[in-house]
Amino acid sequence: MTAPALRVYEVHVRAYRRVWRGSVISTFFSPVLFLLAMGIGLGQLVDANGGSESLGAVSYLVFLAPGLLAATTMQTGAGDSAWPVMLGVKWAKTYDAALATPVRTDDLVYGHLLWVTTRLLLVAVVFTIVMAFFGAVSMPWGILAIAPAVLTGLAFAAPVLAFTAQLKNETGLTAMFRFGITPLFLFSGTFFPVSQLPDWMEPFAYLTPLWHGVVLTRSIALREPTALAWWVHASYLVGLVIVGTLLARRNLAKRLRS
Amino acid sequence: MIEPLVEAHHLTKHFGDFTAVDAIDFSVAKGEAFGFLGPNGAGKSSTMKMIGAVSPITSGTLSVLGMDPATRGADIRARIGVVPQEDNLDNELTVFENLLIYGRYFDLPRSVIKPRIDELLNFVQLEEKRDSKVDALSGGMKRRLTIARSLINEPELILLDEPTTGLDPQARHILWDRLYRLKQQGVTLIITTHYMDEAEQLCDRLVVMDKARIVAEGSPTHLIQEYSHREVLELRFPVGVQETILDRLDGLAKRLEVLPDRVLLYADDGDAVMAEVSARGLQPETVVTRRSSLEDVFLRLTGRSLIE
Repeated sequence: MTAPALRVYEVHVRAYRRVWRGSVISTFFSPVLFLLAMGIGLGQLVDANGGSESLGAVSYLVFLAPGLLAATTMQTGAGDSAWPVMLGVKWAKTYDAALATPVRTDDLVYGHLLWVTTRLLLVAVVFTIVMAFFGAVSMPWGILAIAPAVLTGLAFAAPVLAFTAQLKNETGLTAMFRFGITPLFLFSGTFFPVSQLPDWMEPFAYLTPLWHGVVLTRSIALREPTALAWWVHASYLVGLVIVGTLLARRNLAKRLRS
Repeated sequence: MIEPLVEAHHLTKHFGDFTAVDAIDFSVAKGEAFGFLGPNGAGKSSTMKMIGAVSPITSGTLSVLGMDPATRGADIRARIGVVPQEDNLDNELTVFENLLIYGRYFDLPRSVIKPRIDELLNFVQLEEKRDSKVDALSGGMKRRLTIARSLINEPELILLDEPTTGLDPQARHILWDRLYRLKQQGVTLIITTHYMDEAEQLCDRLVVMDKARIVAEGSPTHLIQEYSHREVLELRFPVGVQETILDRLDGLAKRLEVLPDRVLLYADDGDAVMAEVSARGLQPETVVTRRSSLEDVFLRLTGRSLIE
């Protein structure tokens, strides 16, 4: 981490100070609404019909909450690397302004990812507090779920940054959310175990990054071992962060320093 | 002999098969206001981006403040100011915040930046707008703010790419006045423009660029002397008439330039030529006698106008 990257981070913090109230409120309400509707509303139906057997002998709320935590950080990570980056590289060209100073494209990448990490931490902490209120996770161990959730968010933030950095217009972002993020949200084991999927679909679910994030976060929140070792999931996610960062560095330099 | 602040030899920039800058040579001395004059697409902005250590050079050599942009880009950028062609201020932030974050990019401490912001806002006459969001500023104010921003690191050299394009005449004059003051303070300016009046107002010396190459170099007066004549007589005839009378203008002027809507006659004494035109029984609809300008130099060198 270089000094200019920290300056880039500082600018993100300053910009966030203007919008933090609205942001924190929506960060708080999103898990409240989801846990009320799905965790408690739908959960009662699931539990009453013996669903908890295939959920590993826990209530639907307890099963859902950590998965939803990982799915939420995915959305934050992907979202923060999408439109705000488009603003920087194309719409407002604020990245060009920064690059006229000692800041380099690599600093923009590191400063951005450091900032997204902060955002993910904030989202995960608020989410965990809400989970604790709902009794969906036991404290204090539930706090440990924050780490895999932040890692999951970063595993999306870095590759999406690389993707956005080379996009000509925002239609690519809409497509990414429609055909990438939303299907992952629905089918990566957040709302039901992937074993419930048709047999031919199951292996695909194992390949998706969100599945690894959900399984890892859930196993840590519930303090239950996973079928695969925890470090397999963690390595997969760390690998995505590294590859995503390298590609982001390359794509941003190609775009803005040609 | 003082070492030049910027020096280029056979400086070249390719984008794929396209040659944006084709083996140009120039040097800029300390304290000078140096201009690149030329139409859109001549290669001015590409040259500026190479000087600004943002865009790598394809071939040739370039030295900025005695350093090589390829290896010491960040060191160069720390000591120059850049006013880009398109405003790239942060619209979500206030005037003050825009200057503050820019100062932070240069790693300046807040205690240094804050008094400097007050000075700069005073200099560009934006003190009352200190806490306004950038969104709410007029085009001319945004340009002035961009100039203030480029000065936050007290640069020795400022690169201004089309600084007044898109501004109304009053806003342009305010901006020229501020740039002139900077020049008086000894700051070196490099300006690109396709406005000949801007080049004449601000530049001690300039190069005329066309199609990626430098076609002429000198001070505005020198260029006008060398490539034009002292005065120009502009004659406008009714539609359809111009073509029929061209042969009757033969031998009147030192040079004749036929534009689609008017004829330019170059001479040392425009009024004397006009007397001759009348004596030959020609009655143009409008007559203007004026001094030769860089526009005429450009027309002479390239056969085209600057703004098309």
